[in-house]
Amino acid sequence: MTHPLGKDLLGLEPLSGEQIRLILDTAEPFKEISERAIKKVPTLRGATIVNLFFEASTRTRVSFEFAEKRLSADTVNVAASGSSVSKGETLVDTARNLEAMRIDMVVIRHAASGAARFLADRIESNVINAGDGTHEHPTQGLLDMLTLRDHFKRLEGLKVCIVGDVLHSRVARSNIWGLTKMGAQVAVCGPRSLLPSAIDDFGVTVFDRVETALEWADALNVLRLQLERMTAGYIPSLREYNRVFGVSRERLEAAKREVLILHPGPMNRGVEIDSDVADGPFSVILDQVTNGVAVRMAVLYLLSGGRPELAEAAKKGGER
Amino acid sequence: MSNALLLRGGRIIDPTQSLDATGDVLVVDGEIAAIGPRAGNEADGRDGLETLDCSGLVVSPGFVDVHCHLREPGREEVETIATGARAAAAGGFTAVCAMPNTDPVTDNQAAVGFIIRQAQRANAARVYPIGAISVGQKGESLAEFGEMVSAGAVAVSDDGRPVVSAHLMRTALEYARTFGIPVADHCEEPTLAKGGAMNEGIVSARLGLKGVPSEAEEIMAIRDILLARRTGGHVHLCHMSTRGSAELIRWGKERGINVTAEVCPHHLSLTEEAVGDYDTNAKMNPPLRTADDVAAIQEAVRDGTIDLIATDHAPHHYDEKEREFSDAPNGIVGLETALAVNLTWLVAQQRIDLPTLVEKMSCAPARIFKLPGGTLRRGGVADITVFDPDVEWTVDPAAFKSKGRNTPYAGKTLRGRVRWTLVGGRVVHGAAPAPARAGKARG
Amino acid sequence: MAAPPKQTTVLDARAFDRTVRRMADEIVELNEGTDDLVIVGIQRRGVQLAAQIVSTIREREKADVARGALDITLYRDDLQTVGPRPVVGQTEIPVDIDGKCVVIVDDVLYTGRTIRAALDELADFGRPRRIALAVLIDRGGRELPIQPDIVGKKISAPASQRVDVLVEEIDGKNGVVIAQREDTV
Repeated sequence: MTHPLGKDLLGLEPLSGEQIRLILDTAEPFKEISERAIKKVPTLRGATIVNLFFEASTRTRVSFEFAEKRLSADTVNVAASGSSVSKGETLVDTARNLEAMRIDMVVIRHAASGAARFLADRIESNVINAGDGTHEHPTQGLLDMLTLRDHFKRLEGLKVCIVGDVLHSRVARSNIWGLTKMGAQVAVCGPRSLLPSAIDDFGVTVFDRVETALEWADALNVLRLQLERMTAGYIPSLREYNRVFGVSRERLEAAKREVLILHPGPMNRGVEIDSDVADGPFSVILDQVTNGVAVRMAVLYLLSGGRPELAEAAKKGGER
Repeated sequence: MSNALLLRGGRIIDPTQSLDATGDVLVVDGEIAAIGPRAGNEADGRDGLETLDCSGLVVSPGFVDVHCHLREPGREEVETIATGARAAAAGGFTAVCAMPNTDPVTDNQAAVGFIIRQAQRANAARVYPIGAISVGQKGESLAEFGEMVSAGAVAVSDDGRPVVSAHLMRTALEYARTFGIPVADHCEEPTLAKGGAMNEGIVSARLGLKGVPSEAEEIMAIRDILLARRTGGHVHLCHMSTRGSAELIRWGKERGINVTAEVCPHHLSLTEEAVGDYDTNAKMNPPLRTADDVAAIQEAVRDGTIDLIATDHAPHHYDEKEREFSDAPNGIVGLETALAVNLTWLVAQQRIDLPTLVEKMSCAPARIFKLPGGTLRRGGVADITVFDPDVEWTVDPAAFKSKGRNTPYAGKTLRGRVRWTLVGGRVVHGAAPAPARAGKARG
Repeated sequence: MAAPPKQTTVLDARAFDRTVRRMADEIVELNEGTDDLVIVGIQRRGVQLAAQIVSTIREREKADVARGALDITLYRDDLQTVGPRPVVGQTEIPVDIDGKCVVIVDDVLYTGRTIRAALDELADFGRPRRIALAVLIDRGGRELPIQPDIVGKKISAPASQRVDVLVEEIDGKNGVVIAQREDTV
């Protein structure tokens, strides 16, 4: 096996539990680098990484950028507006242009499910999926798991409930695959109109009310509810959503259990989560952000470079 | 060129005559002159007799595809009537019906005439135009059925789109009765299907793609069946794909309602799993469904609930399909793989026998759409297909006669292939006939 | 399956302890005391050696000396060719090293590339007054101009042999052994 993760990170569904564990374990030492005065290691010096974001996203892009720069890579940001992409250059041509410029790695976020795979199949560079449509957002799933593992010291047998619009959420899918492979018990909770009709085939428990979820879960991962869901008729109003499904202090207290609160951000305070929960003692939302940079550094590190035919030569003379 | 052709020693399968036996077929002046083990006798002594050696092959009435998209006028870079007619001939089709969702839409007699003329020029398989139900296929007002029929249209359809208005569908069914033509509907409830890229189920949930639930098809199917009951018109349901649809059609037929239904080879052979890792060559409308749906549809073909098999041949340009899955257009080509797919998945798996396949691909389409052909009766037009039911071959889209290359069967090894296609007694696909030795038919 | 390669013991457990005690003394001597001394062990076994040195210094000098651990994987110069990504160990430098005397401790000094990486990494933590190098075994074969200040034992081993330092905490006992490399047997 030349690379433990292969050429690309497109999702958590194709990975094994071992591979996920490797990424989480590798992320630990990278956390320490962000605590140093000089937050930089030379590991990817000279590597060129393009952040190809077809969907606007400040936090994910900035997180990746920090990860790349802290590894001493050269980064270029390409946003969907302000480049030939906005003039309608196809994804195929974009891919070919990048390849012609000898880019080492591409981090792509796109509105179409399968776009990361589409790109990865057409270029030699490593491709990292930063979110494709409603399919997967693997680095988010990984940083969520790292945060849970840091707190609970394990993932096996941990009870995690994902609350919200699972139907349209790539974060939910990545979490479901990742947690399941690491032996956690996964549940989802939300209005049925926002759960996939095939959810029962996913091997997760379904809670219709968040109160019941709070009686069961060790941790809740609260998803952002988008305004578009209301205008498209999936739920009647954000107000009702908050009344019925909002994670509030009252609900947490009524559960009489310590439930850890995660949120991928950005938050709609007062819709899916109330401020006193987001800022409260059980929230690890800021830890998620810190872990995000470490996880992304670990992924870049594990995917990058390596010419295996020289590995043999290195092995022979490689002893220190 | 000779006016007498003897197809010798094949297994002749003609369900219209309950015929399944080895024998010869004699074609004279484009018509079937004799058929049977002694047909060769009548050929003796004819000048310039040519022969086709059909030993080991099946000789059947020519296949008729009542549902294909030839893209001309408007998208000639993707297919023309000429390339489509040649692709049809290569697939064993002696006649096809061209759907009207062209650009401009085929909704008037001039447009129908244009297709008739282009087909004559192509001189391969026959092409019968299907006219639009509504002007511009906009779903608002009826197109001129009468004018289109007198120009040569054989049916009406807004295929490509559903007929959304139940009122329009009702009046179309009533009005079509005057001309004795079927109204073919593409069953898709638009608000349920909107934005959907594949079947709604576990695969679409995993891939993060919006799905089209089976109910989108079934709701319109039962609507059309009920309107056919009300109006006494003939509704033909296009490309049926779900278990529910099969059950509804069965319900309608049990009540004597004038509903006919077609299924496409891909819905008889592939499931939603074929989408794999976002393969746009497995994207079409209606989408590939579950294994249970495939089993139900195969059973419906066997028990006669589904009357015929049509291809819904829908070529697209390589660049159009080379896109993110949700952006890629729906449709796959099918003329040149239909026979092999049906043989590989239906006949070889013993769901139906060869005579039933011939019935579904030739006799029933011709009969239901009132087209010539579909039979090998004496005096009938010599539209004949000769095929090898057993030979294995690998699908290579680059070798297609169609301009379209978008097929999910690329690289697959299938069973069964057309050897000759004859239209009006003339070989339009396959090697030229051999001249018989002067004065003798046999020996 | 081939028999395990024959091993020659270079230092047994008692000789090992004696050597480590001497190295600890030499470190204190080099620094002229224990003030501002920081002992940094290189992952993996250098860390255990550093721990043993620090505890020896505590015994003999009755002084607590700061101790750190350094993983140099991310600073290696051969990352592009080494193939599967080596697992990254823990780096922890618990004190400010500006102006201090940092002694890098490693088990075996060979090509010198590890120490080069360690120097680069330490530079990202601060600017010590002085950096010295203490190794248990110097086996020669340098590829860079790097020399140790304190050596436990100097030996000569060809490239076809492995020199392995064993430490109690990982291997169950202390010692140094030489064996033929498996792929050259």
